[in-house]
Amino acid sequence: MTVQSPSTPSQSLWRPNRDRSRLIQTIVKCICGAFAAVSIVTTLGIVATLLFETITFLQEIPVWQFLTDRKWTPLFASKEFGIFVLVSATVMISVISILVAMPLGLLAAICLSEYASPRMRKILKPVLEVLAGVPTVVYGYFALLTVTPFLQTFLPNLKGFNSLSAGLVLGVMITPLVASLSEDAIYSVPQRLRDGAYALGTTKRETITSVVLPAALSGIVSSLILAISRAVGETMIVTLAAGANPTLGLNPFVPVMTMTAFIVQVTKGDAVHGSIAYQTLFAVGTTLFLITLALNIFSFWFVRRFREKYD
Amino acid sequence: MNINDTSPSDRPINIELFKPNLAKRYNLDRIFAFMAWGATTIAVAILAWLLFTILVDGIGTLNWNFIDSFASRKAERAGIKAALAGTLWVMGVVAVFSFPIGVGAGIFLEEFSEDNWFTRLVEINISNLAGVPSIIYGLLGLAAFVRVFGFGRSVLAGGLTLVLLILPVIIVSTREALRTVPDGIRAAGFALGATRWQVIWHHILPAAMPGILTGMILSLSRAIGETAPLLAIGAASFIAFKPDSVFSDFTVLPIQIYDWVGRPKKEFHDLAASGIIVLMSVLLLMNAGAIYLRNRFQQNR
Repeated sequence: MTVQSPSTPSQSLWRPNRDRSRLIQTIVKCICGAFAAVSIVTTLGIVATLLFETITFLQEIPVWQFLTDRKWTPLFASKEFGIFVLVSATVMISVISILVAMPLGLLAAICLSEYASPRMRKILKPVLEVLAGVPTVVYGYFALLTVTPFLQTFLPNLKGFNSLSAGLVLGVMITPLVASLSEDAIYSVPQRLRDGAYALGTTKRETITSVVLPAALSGIVSSLILAISRAVGETMIVTLAAGANPTLGLNPFVPVMTMTAFIVQVTKGDAVHGSIAYQTLFAVGTTLFLITLALNIFSFWFVRRFREKYD
Repeated sequence: MNINDTSPSDRPINIELFKPNLAKRYNLDRIFAFMAWGATTIAVAILAWLLFTILVDGIGTLNWNFIDSFASRKAERAGIKAALAGTLWVMGVVAVFSFPIGVGAGIFLEEFSEDNWFTRLVEINISNLAGVPSIIYGLLGLAAFVRVFGFGRSVLAGGLTLVLLILPVIIVSTREALRTVPDGIRAAGFALGATRWQVIWHHILPAAMPGILTGMILSLSRAIGETAPLLAIGAASFIAFKPDSVFSDFTVLPIQIYDWVGRPKKEFHDLAASGIIVLMSVLLLMNAGAIYLRNRFQQNR
């Protein structure tokens, strides 16, 4: 290595081309900004595609018919478009799933953060992560081919496709979401609140139910709402296990059709662009999008409104 | 105010209130602890049940022929060659597009951005997009990539749909990785006269790379398991050839599994279970890789 004498400094070393560096920086910043803007474009794209086809749909089918028809037969000769048939199925399955996920997820979260030793925690958290990472089509297999036959052994009038086993397995699928988000909320409740409760003579359970859980309430409720939103938008389990038979009613033993199952049914059948079936697809998509959006916004609002701050 | 008004002796005292009744409360405590452990045990047991059923159902038909055969109407000759190749092609497209876009957006938000309307808009969008159901992305892909851009039901259309789906996850994990790089490195770089980009490129990115890659692998493993958006763009389930370009038709493992589960015959259900074993093994390997990277990264700090 040669040492340059100070009298003849190398141009590139001692007089860096600042204009060039700044130019490169500006270009890179613009490219990165454009990449960041992809998220805005995605949202606009989703809203635009959903709106465009839905408006065409609503020009042919009046809104009140969409909301009040008692049947859902858009692919038949006599077409009826009662979205409530699909919504009722989605709601019923989501309710079953949250009835499973709320006690399981919440108790698991309490167990992980309050009862489990650090070593136990280290084992159990990855198990929950594995449960969360199982692809939904696998849960669909499990619901249709394992859980339904199992339930049929003591519920003989349960049909091969039904919302009960779809809802139960969906509940198992969203349990890790409830557990890990609630656990974050419970774990972040400061220790001094627990100590204060113990000092007043409460037992461990009383501390948890009357001090820790209320303090973590905003996080817990928002985790439940996010889980419901996930359940409403879930596709594979309900398509495989709940069937494709649009029926209005709240009987969990018979086949039903959810909004997501309808979307799969139509896209599998190669809907012709511009046909009423193709537009119905997007009308159902819009309904689904609005429901999940409302749930997500409500969850954000709830956290913001009811978060307890301890500093 | 007369102090005697509030003296305890003036009021009748409800003695019951001060009985600690400890025996009953401790019993309730035990029941509660039992329920908490019970719930956790149930969750673990269900996972074990699921894995066990799939292993029992699928291990019988899992052999080299299964990996190396195309789809067939006869169960004993059907395999996942096309689906496996399709999954690899789609993942290639997803990796090529989502890595630069996700990491670039993460860098912009974490390193370049000032607090202005654009940044805030992007952040609101990212948190909202994370809550959009995956099948809605499928509808977007169907309308945008399949029809408007005219890619058809190709590898490219499927890959780009999944890119949009996992971008929010990659951006968030990239930002977290960048945040773990100490500010001292940035300050030192600026003090030597480097531009912000030079500091990022030569110092911050290399330091944050293991974290970024971990997030990338986890996002890819999520994309591999996705079925709904690819069904929505109309990916075929019966394909008897490997894709030869990004514009050819394709099927992927989850769709092949979905197709087999939906058939009435028991033989196809077992094939589905074998397919699930392959899929879950791939996911497990990727997750192990991510955990390995994360641990090595933590040791180095």
